[in-house]
Amino acid sequence: MIEIQDLHKSFNSHAVLKGIDIVVKDGETLSIIGGSGCGKSTFIKCIIRLHQPDRGRIVVDGQDISEVRDEFELAKVRRKFGYLFQESALFDSLSVAENVAFGLKYLTDIPLNRHRRIATEKLALVGLKGVEDLRPSELSGGMKKRVALARAIAAEPEYILYDEPTTGLDPIMSEIINELILDLKKKIGVTGIVVTHDMKSAFRISDRIAMLHEGKFLEVDTPAGIKTTKNPYVRQFVEGLSQGPIQMKLRELD
Amino acid sequence: MIEDTRRNIMRQVPARRKYTLLAGTLEILGQKLLLLAEILGRTALLVRSTFFWFLKSSLEVRQSFIQCLKIGVQSLPVTAMTSFFTGMVLALQSGMTSRDLFNEPIYVGTVVAFSMVKELGPVLTAIVVAGRAGAAIAAEIGTMRVTEQIDALNTLGTNPIRYLVIPRYIGCFFMLPLLTVFSNFSGVLGGFVVSVVRLNIPSTVYWDDIFTFMENEQFFHGFLKSFVFALTIATVSCYKGLNTRGGAEGVGRSTTSAVVVSMVSILILDYFLTAILVAFGIS
Repeated sequence: MIEIQDLHKSFNSHAVLKGIDIVVKDGETLSIIGGSGCGKSTFIKCIIRLHQPDRGRIVVDGQDISEVRDEFELAKVRRKFGYLFQESALFDSLSVAENVAFGLKYLTDIPLNRHRRIATEKLALVGLKGVEDLRPSELSGGMKKRVALARAIAAEPEYILYDEPTTGLDPIMSEIINELILDLKKKIGVTGIVVTHDMKSAFRISDRIAMLHEGKFLEVDTPAGIKTTKNPYVRQFVEGLSQGPIQMKLRELD
Repeated sequence: MIEDTRRNIMRQVPARRKYTLLAGTLEILGQKLLLLAEILGRTALLVRSTFFWFLKSSLEVRQSFIQCLKIGVQSLPVTAMTSFFTGMVLALQSGMTSRDLFNEPIYVGTVVAFSMVKELGPVLTAIVVAGRAGAAIAAEIGTMRVTEQIDALNTLGTNPIRYLVIPRYIGCFFMLPLLTVFSNFSGVLGGFVVSVVRLNIPSTVYWDDIFTFMENEQFFHGFLKSFVFALTIATVSCYKGLNTRGGAEGVGRSTTSAVVVSMVSILILDYFLTAILVAFGIS
């Protein structure tokens, strides 16, 4: 279980997160929706401590990780997480199999000679076969995402953080990724936090959806609840309207 | 971060204040000094955490070998060729000058070997490696930074210092002195070829000119300098790579600045190192 209390994060006096409170229950998939640059990625990067929060508590399985400074201690915390990066972030200099098995060396005690077999298994789980020796540059965008997903689940984390898993993919590939996320939840029972602005995907995969706006959650509800929400901000976002209470900045200087 | 500091400083300056020339100049100077202080501070932090992780974690043996191969072995042909021709031109110039003055070329071997071993060997090798390997280090780490691969390293239980920086330090630290030795030999050999073929100096005279005057200190003078140059290249290139911001353009900027800063630092450091070594009697 992940409990977030009063989480604040700012970059150079620009406050991005202004007091976030939420509890993510075991086995659920929570989607965070919100406009570009509203701090969704910052939020999940704080959870895995790629960013150090300014204030607030992040309690993972009873341990407050927001103040952990020691790198070895942090590695232990990160062992619980898998992270799917927006642009996949595969290591160009390594083969697909080496990419997938990368975390096993640092996060687990599994002996080296079993790494390749685990990589093959995880690749099969995301529907890829015979790509072990290819380089990331030889893969298409959708395949890269799937390899990145295989890498995120290789060390069998309890929690997976997905940073815009369907952005930049065609509708069919998006659906495949959605099914994979649902599948992982069913097969391994992982808890997922998905950052997305793809509403179709959010409705499809989530148990709950949280709308982030101006550094706070406006509403947290089930997909059905979000669809019928009365909150004008959430309605505007879900329906994708340019007119409404959320005034998108047309120019950065406005 | 540096960009942010710059922006913060700019923000604090009221838009329509009237400057006197002196105040304006001082302000610009102050900004530059602040930025420089921040860069130096962050570089010191990088060196500190490199040292910390070097002691605390197990070495990435495979990555270190790969870097030794990239930085050392693959730079060998170009450094060898550079110093071969440098040795040749040294022999030609000194031979011609002494022939003009004394009617015959004398002490050509001495000039070539001393110049190569004490100065040109270590400095030229460091410059070539800074251009070749330093640029590659900054570009590779910079690309990894802008494509979130550095963040990925963190989420997968390691960190960029351990996985990227230390192997590159090791590559530079062990390979640059070796390359310097090769470069010394290659330069002396280049001088030998010109002396014998072009200046008609008997080969025994050329070698005699070297071995009569050269002592171990002269070799160590250049050799020790190359270790410091190696650390300079590794530090500057890794720092520039890790602090890359702003996509492909940022990577280009980091790479260029890694090479320029490394080369200038090497040439400046060379003077001070020489002064220190001379003071310690290693000359």
